[in-house]
Amino acid sequence: MLRYLAKRFLMMIPLLLGITLISFVVIHLAPGEPTDLQTELNPEASADLKERLRAQYDLDKPLLVQYGTWLGRLVKLDFGDSFSQDRRPVMDKIAERLPITIAINVASIILILGVAGPIGILSAVRQNSFFDRATTVFVFIGFATPSFWLALLLMDFLGVRYGLFPISGITSMDYEYLSLPGRIWDIIHHLMLPVFVSAFGGLAGFSRYMRSNMLEVVRQDYILTARAKGLGERAVIYKHALRNALLPVITILGLSVPTLIGGSVIFETIFAIPGMGKMFYDSVMMRDYPAIMGVLVIGAVLTLVGNLLADLGYAMADPRIRNR
Amino acid sequence: MRNVFFFILIAALLAGCEREQPRMPAEGKAAEPAYGGTIIQGSIGEPSNLIPALASDSASSDIVGLVYNGLVRYDKNMELEGDLAESWEITEGGRVITFHLRQGVTWHDGAPFTSADVMFTYELMIDPQTPTAYAERYQKVARAEAPDAYTFRVTYDEPLATALVSWALAIHPRHLLEGEKVTESPLARRPIGTGPYTFVAWKTGEKVVLEANPDYFEGRPYIGRVIYRIIPDSSTMFLELQAGGLDQMGLTPLQYARQTDTSVFKRKFNKYRYPAFAYTYLGFNQRRPMFQDKRVRQALAYAIDKQELIDGVLLGLGQTATGPYKPGTWPYNPDVKRYPYNPQRAKELLADAGWSDSNGDGILDKAGKPFAFHILTNQGNDQRVKSGEIIQRRFKDIGIDVQLRVIEWASFLKEFVNPGNFDAIIMGWTIPPDPDAFNVWHSSKTGAGQLNFINYKNDEVDELLERGRRTLDQQERKTYYRRFQEILAEEQPYVFLFVPDALPVVAARFRGIEPAPAGISYNFIRWWVPAGEQKYKH
Repeated sequence: MLRYLAKRFLMMIPLLLGITLISFVVIHLAPGEPTDLQTELNPEASADLKERLRAQYDLDKPLLVQYGTWLGRLVKLDFGDSFSQDRRPVMDKIAERLPITIAINVASIILILGVAGPIGILSAVRQNSFFDRATTVFVFIGFATPSFWLALLLMDFLGVRYGLFPISGITSMDYEYLSLPGRIWDIIHHLMLPVFVSAFGGLAGFSRYMRSNMLEVVRQDYILTARAKGLGERAVIYKHALRNALLPVITILGLSVPTLIGGSVIFETIFAIPGMGKMFYDSVMMRDYPAIMGVLVIGAVLTLVGNLLADLGYAMADPRIRNR
Repeated sequence: MRNVFFFILIAALLAGCEREQPRMPAEGKAAEPAYGGTIIQGSIGEPSNLIPALASDSASSDIVGLVYNGLVRYDKNMELEGDLAESWEITEGGRVITFHLRQGVTWHDGAPFTSADVMFTYELMIDPQTPTAYAERYQKVARAEAPDAYTFRVTYDEPLATALVSWALAIHPRHLLEGEKVTESPLARRPIGTGPYTFVAWKTGEKVVLEANPDYFEGRPYIGRVIYRIIPDSSTMFLELQAGGLDQMGLTPLQYARQTDTSVFKRKFNKYRYPAFAYTYLGFNQRRPMFQDKRVRQALAYAIDKQELIDGVLLGLGQTATGPYKPGTWPYNPDVKRYPYNPQRAKELLADAGWSDSNGDGILDKAGKPFAFHILTNQGNDQRVKSGEIIQRRFKDIGIDVQLRVIEWASFLKEFVNPGNFDAIIMGWTIPPDPDAFNVWHSSKTGAGQLNFINYKNDEVDELLERGRRTLDQQERKTYYRRFQEILAEEQPYVFLFVPDALPVVAARFRGIEPAPAGISYNFIRWWVPAGEQKYKH
């Protein structure tokens, strides 16, 4: 087991290098440069200034040299300073935005699991029943609804008209003056709509997945055996079938580790949430190379770690895999 | 508007003349101005950096404008007045400006403001290590000196019309920045200035909070707190406004005309409307042979119904543009050649220029080549894309085949605008308060990456622009710039399409707002909220 782990870790290094090199080259291929924001269409900016600014960012050096410098810093776990006008360390900018994105994504995954899991199981157990059909329609409506549209409708209806929820942001304007429980409630209150909207679209995929897994499992011989030996339906479904049907969920959870930090440009923009999705989008638009690379590297590492964890999780849950 | 990119120092550049009287609730008239209260303003973008020399985006500039002061500034009528300078003298034929600074002004940390700060700011701007986009205008200064603590003098080699305006530059605190690397200074996130508001907090992606400076040299501002909320989506912003989470924002024409006419909205908010300092144009690349004939450009101008554009794109909230200046300002020339919608005249002019439909396919041709070209515009500006679509249809009517291409901003500049690789282009410029348009129209500015990207060359225009920027006398400059507009109107290198209206809305509890040619923000420190209507008092 330890040898397996060590091997997997060693394999990750060249993979990560490859990912960063390709990302680095591709983002530099896109037309435009970080200095453009200050100098383009600015009647005051001279050609000399443009060159000077480029030199300050090392943009005048060959691409591979720039990559080497960047890699040298990365080894020391330094993502460098942002090329945007604030020039803050990329690490700080990410650290500032990461908690809220993780909080929303964890909450939304829990909500998806909590709602879609039971829906999937019940649909499978009562295949083709009214419940099965109704939830199928419901989750596909969720899947097909554009999140920005749903968000705006909810904001207008529940926020403006009935005043039940705050519309945007993550804290109220008087947040600083609230007591601690008040502050916690304030944040939860602000996050309800965003979490609901981001989870709503994800229900379909997971519940359908759960349903088909379950359908697969209940057809197996060991379920027949369980029924044959006279176990109650409840024990058959929730003890024998469910455990096996949940196995693939581990894969999904493993794959969703990188999405935890991804965030979504659309709902972060609509709800004015200072998260990673918006930051990444802005960085791309401004060609802020260090910030783009920082987010990509973290995403790549988490994807690799997520895959590893999923494999390990499999091994733990399933003796057949463990013994192979 | 992407005017972030053509931003000219002065932050609150909302200007124009008043059209719609604000409705003042009756009970407000008697009330006395009161201190306190909070205003929450919406900002689409996050400020990037609060050191004025390093910031070129409008979100940063709005905040910097309340925290810092320049030596001079524009007043309500867009005339220059003293800010940190009490007065100034221009001598030696306009080459020397001597500023007399206010005494007794202090920085927010208590240190006194003196001419050393001004000198330091000047040195900061011309330091090659400072990554500022505004170095060039200060490099024209031949000599800068501070003979005493409250006098600052700059000498230029030759008179420069924009020299005085350039000292609207925010003055940076020497005692906090000297000997530091400006790019690493903590002031980027915690500014310390001399202005009416002091910095309190900045929560990334959420808000920036400012508080009234009780020791401000023009008197303590009435409104106690200013909060800039960062809301990246304009629909969300509008919903927040209706729910009471915002007090001020700029409306889109659609919101202004169709979504704010309810009685509830009118009771809670005052809408304002005045021409913005900006125009949208269709520019023809003079490198393309088909656009080198003046008659063709004039024909295209006749083929566009500008009023239709204003009605369709701006819902009527704008006016036709005739040149690069704002109607009603001193450089504007109303008596230039106009091009009312006239497709018949357009066809005649095109026929004169040799374009006719000889093969009967509905598209004009000349020497076997059809009259077809691309109009380019940038992604993310709905007004420009819609204008392009309407123009496309109008050109089709007179037998010209036009394709519209919408391109992401960075690629748009890099691949098409800078190398001059386009046929025609729909873009906008902001209109700076000073009419100097040398960088956009002079024939020396046609190189790659320069602003005369349509390659317009006219000797008389060159001379007028050179004279205009070397003359300080407004009457004399007026004659140059009037003639300049006549030439542009005759030649139509751009079809000047429209000047949109700025459409700010402010919650009705704010009093003292007096729209003027400079917009509404010029007297922000004299806005107030009656004590009984103040929100967020703590």
